[in-house]
Amino acid sequence: MIHVENVSKSFTLHNQAAAEIPVMAGASLCVAPGECVALTGASGAGKSTLMRMIYGNYLTASGRIMVGEVDVARAAPREIIALRRYTLGYVSQFLRVVPRVSTRDVVAEPLLATGATRAEALAQAETLLARLNIPERLWPLSPTTFSGGEQQRVNIARGFAYPYPALLLDEPTASLDPDNRATVLAMIGEAKDRGAAIIGIFHDRMARDEVCDRTLDVSQFTPGRAT
Amino acid sequence: MSDYNFAYLDEQTKRMIRRAILKGLAIPGHQVPFASREMPMPYGWGTGGVQVSAAILTPEDTLKVIDQGADDTTNAVSIRRFFQKTAGVAVTEATAQASVIQTRHRIPEADLRADQILVYQVPIPEPLRFLEPSEVETRKMHALEDYGLMHVKLYEDISQHGDIATAYAYPVKVEGRYVMDPSPIPKFDNPKLEMAGIQLFGAGREQRIYAIPPYTRVVSLDFDDYPFQPTKADHACDLCGAQNSYLDELIVDDDGGRVFMCSDTDYCSTRRKQGHVGAQGLPYAEGAT
Amino acid sequence: MTPLLEVENISKSYGARVGCTDVSFDLYPGEVMGIVGESGSGKSTLLNCLAGHLCPDLGAVRFDTRADGLRDTLTMSEPERRMLGRTDWAFVHQNPRDGLRMNVSAGGNVGERLMAVNARHYGDIRASAMDWLGRVEIAHDRIDDRPTGFSGGMQQRLQIARNLVMGPRLVFMDEPTGGLDVSVQARLLDLLRGLVRDMNLSAIIVTHDLAVVRLLADRLMVMKDGNVIETGLTDQVLDDPQHAYTQLLVSSVLQV
Repeated sequence: MIHVENVSKSFTLHNQAAAEIPVMAGASLCVAPGECVALTGASGAGKSTLMRMIYGNYLTASGRIMVGEVDVARAAPREIIALRRYTLGYVSQFLRVVPRVSTRDVVAEPLLATGATRAEALAQAETLLARLNIPERLWPLSPTTFSGGEQQRVNIARGFAYPYPALLLDEPTASLDPDNRATVLAMIGEAKDRGAAIIGIFHDRMARDEVCDRTLDVSQFTPGRAT
Repeated sequence: MSDYNFAYLDEQTKRMIRRAILKGLAIPGHQVPFASREMPMPYGWGTGGVQVSAAILTPEDTLKVIDQGADDTTNAVSIRRFFQKTAGVAVTEATAQASVIQTRHRIPEADLRADQILVYQVPIPEPLRFLEPSEVETRKMHALEDYGLMHVKLYEDISQHGDIATAYAYPVKVEGRYVMDPSPIPKFDNPKLEMAGIQLFGAGREQRIYAIPPYTRVVSLDFDDYPFQPTKADHACDLCGAQNSYLDELIVDDDGGRVFMCSDTDYCSTRRKQGHVGAQGLPYAEGAT
Repeated sequence: MTPLLEVENISKSYGARVGCTDVSFDLYPGEVMGIVGESGSGKSTLLNCLAGHLCPDLGAVRFDTRADGLRDTLTMSEPERRMLGRTDWAFVHQNPRDGLRMNVSAGGNVGERLMAVNARHYGDIRASAMDWLGRVEIAHDRIDDRPTGFSGGMQQRLQIARNLVMGPRLVFMDEPTGGLDVSVQARLLDLLRGLVRDMNLSAIIVTHDLAVVRLLADRLMVMKDGNVIETGLTDQVLDDPQHAYTQLLVSSVLQV
């Protein structure tokens, strides 16, 4: 489902004497449907960078990143938009939403974008929010005022609202209590069962061992720091 | 006879105005700019109508001038005297005998004939003016037939008053093309805009002439569910008993007593001469008013 | 899939001063494109060239018309362009006073476009106006009030209703949240997002506010001195800017 082939990336900081910082070279990775692969490596090794490149959030300098039929490294913006709408889900560590929009609507939005009716989308949103133990009295409120753990769960609900065939999970269980952590891991397991290809970053080793089929240390793709 | 050129204006000016009139007749309802002259009367007193009349009068013409339907009001009397003095033409109060009728705010009740010309005094020729202040923009709207705004005005009427409250200067569409302000005639007169005579409109201050040729289609704008209705006071003339003429309402005493009478004085007196008597009317007597 | 709008080599200068130079892009149905840049970068000039308010010196703006497919709107006759402007196109001004008739009621403002294309049933026009006021969250009992009595946010929402009543396919927006309080901005942004999604609108939004484009736009175009210096997916341009100026722009945003 996800094929990363010989990918490289560097940042050029024009405003800091045009310093060029290579961050990745020769990265390759394959994830089959129903498989969950964990990215590992020390902080700064490029786990999030690789994930962001797969999502199209960072540009890729060279190589191919096939998600389904689309090469993210070369696709036009509208192809990536369609990919994100129907194929590739992403749960980031940060919740970024329009202020003053209710939690229920925030979670329902990915479904509405795929053409679901409002009633269907809201029903699914409520099911997920209930499952993730977000109190019902918070549903009509904007998640911007929620605690970190609550925001994280809203983010997960939003990422799981639509059954994407491919999922990127950046620290999905960080800052969760044991009950909610178990729920999230169960949801990841269910996504695998329905055939989703998943790439995750888990600092939580126990969680990683529970849901991931294998790990990939991205340190091997980190170019020697030329300093 | 005076030392004035016939009908006051010089011949070059008359030619210029006639060209504007001919263009107006060729493009019914379209406002044609013209070089309006200073006239020996203030703007608002009919300088546009007077210039049009001056340009079309011939020594053989018989002129009638009315103001709100009456021949005997200040404005009508002044203009009639003006042309008696400067053109020496015959004048009349009888609609049927006039070849040129200059009017302010009314169309005579009697149907006009093909050999008669009706000249309107127009204060503001632009029907879109109150909603769109820019002349550049309104001209463009006419050119592109962009008339949604005209209905906005009628929409506002209905939303505020429950009905189209515009009672005079009611906008019309001429021959399916130009939206035109028929001058401040009551909307009761709108159906009469389709007539056998030539209708010329002159706006002196605004320097515009426009025209409706004989038998031109003139449709009052409206909505399907709020159709145009030519309204008048629900009353008969108290002097001549006419059921279908436009009426003026007069308060006649301190007790609120009122009389309705035809605004077209010639129409009323003609009927009274023929023996018609209204609810409060006295039989016609020579010299009575 | 055919683009809804094909922009090719648009250039416009004001005498010796450059407005915008050699701008090309395609916009597809349902796409929202943001144009960002500082004041004087040429973004408003470009928007006005695209919307037919300014005539560019060079280039073509082809729009996929319902009747005849792609047509160059710059060589179209003015009546045709006007017709586009009141049916398939909409333009939301930064200052609602530029896009509204302030001496006409809210209902009349929304109904004008309908009447311009020969809607002649008062009841239907009013029902549409009522429906649209509801969609932009203006209370129905304000339908006969003039916008002079509305707050800035309400005026902007009324302007949006007036623009969208015809079901346009392409909306041009010039700093749509410009003069509004942040709290009002948020509500407007959410409203616009919902409308764009539900009506499958395409939109071109000019703004200097990077937060606005992040929330509204799928794609981003960064302009400087009349040139397009960077384009791409909105979050990619903002999170991984390539050009020196874009990096500066992104890093200059104040953090709350």
